[in-house]
Amino acid sequence: MGQLSAQNIGVSFDGRQIIKDVSLHLNEGEIVSLLGVSGGGKTTIFNCLAGLLVPDTGKVFSDDTDITGKPGKISYMMQKDLLLPHYTVLDNACLGLLIKGKSKKESRAAAQPLFETFGLAGTEKKYPHQLSGGMRQRVALLRTYLASDGVALLDEPFSALDAITKHTMHTWYLQVMEKIRLSTLFVTHDTEEAVLLSDRVYILGGNPGTITDEIQVTLPGKKEDRDPSDPDFQSFVKLLQQKTAINIT
Amino acid sequence: MKKPQNIITKAAPVLSVAVIVCGWALIGETGLVPAYMLPSPSEVVKAFIEDFPLLMQHSAVTLQEAIYGLFGGTALAFVFAVLMDRFDFLYKALYPILILTQTVPTIAIAPLLVLWMGFSMAPKITLVVITTFFPITVSLLDGFRAVDRDAVNLLRSMGANRVQIFTKLKLPASAESFFSGLKVSASYAVVGAVISEWLGGFEGLGVYMTRVKKAYAFDKMFAVILLVSAVSLLLMAAVALLKRLSMPYKNKK
Repeated sequence: MGQLSAQNIGVSFDGRQIIKDVSLHLNEGEIVSLLGVSGGGKTTIFNCLAGLLVPDTGKVFSDDTDITGKPGKISYMMQKDLLLPHYTVLDNACLGLLIKGKSKKESRAAAQPLFETFGLAGTEKKYPHQLSGGMRQRVALLRTYLASDGVALLDEPFSALDAITKHTMHTWYLQVMEKIRLSTLFVTHDTEEAVLLSDRVYILGGNPGTITDEIQVTLPGKKEDRDPSDPDFQSFVKLLQQKTAINIT
Repeated sequence: MKKPQNIITKAAPVLSVAVIVCGWALIGETGLVPAYMLPSPSEVVKAFIEDFPLLMQHSAVTLQEAIYGLFGGTALAFVFAVLMDRFDFLYKALYPILILTQTVPTIAIAPLLVLWMGFSMAPKITLVVITTFFPITVSLLDGFRAVDRDAVNLLRSMGANRVQIFTKLKLPASAESFFSGLKVSASYAVVGAVISEWLGGFEGLGVYMTRVKKAYAFDKMFAVILLVSAVSLLLMAAVALLKRLSMPYKNKK
């Protein structure tokens, strides 16, 4: 498991076309960004991929299975952490497993060892309101990972955090991804974040929204070593800015 | 170390009650109001002690009616709230009727209920159910409707069905709102039970009230009024305790 593809999906609401002919794919273990301006249809695409919304045209496949309009296959993490205040951190992490019918004991046993990996050791018995914003997003990612079958959609997961926390989270995120190999489609409107985290970047633009470009981020070395002040890094950021700017005018 | 500010805030309600009681005693002592019309606090306490066994016997009946009624009201509220939340047409159809039941004065339906159901406990419990289910229904509905749409979508994306969304998200998220409705209803419950006892019956604080009223026993009248509010407070305290026990996460700092 770990592949996802969308073929020619299109959605319209009240006669207005929101997205049109969107095709994309995600290979196993890849981190791919979907870059575009706010209100460009990113969330609509994600809702289709997650099965929450049935597109008017096109299909969504997980590996070779048609999952169009079938939720529960692709894991989804939003900008808000959406941790449930009445559950402990451990039970919040287990939520997806519990919903899929696993017992409490089984789910907790599956989640427990990952707390170390996610830098959350010692928080298991706490409640979400006792954690900082950054820690809460870590729990949300752990919950997303546990609920997933190897593919996750991340909708601007770090955009609500302050600059310092965001920077720490990027480093943390790449370290965790190195260990868990989760295929991820990552929505962002931050070009630097896109270059920092992705293997590939899709540019979403136009009205109705569609994929206007695809860019392979071919920086040498490991992702963790990518340096935003490096000229090659900067040229990728510039390239992405140009590509998205064309779509605005 | 507690801050002095804190002590003042805590002492404030005790002080205000003390001032009222002192003022009341003073009015009696100075003869501003004749003693048979406004008995002094000490006379009220004396009357309370004298009739203590009788009062306890009546309170037990009233409390029983209030609690049964409150349970009934809560159960009914759950049925209404869940159905109205699930089916929008039921919400539209029933909401006006709910409001209507609240505009009918309790005093007016109580004798009807007595005529229909007799002098037993049934009409009293029914009246308590009618007066208590509304605040709970509304608070539950508000709680259900205030649940974050994104949280619902998150659970749906995990493949949750309606029942799971309800038990794991909607119900716990509405607990806070539910308990504020229950608190209001708890105070209505005792008053509702007493009012229904006025209009027919053999036992209960309301019956005791009508008897001492006919005897012009003002001291006993005051004693029973204070007892009714004490019973109300007791029930509200029980609700507060229940809330603390069922929402342990609220107490963690």
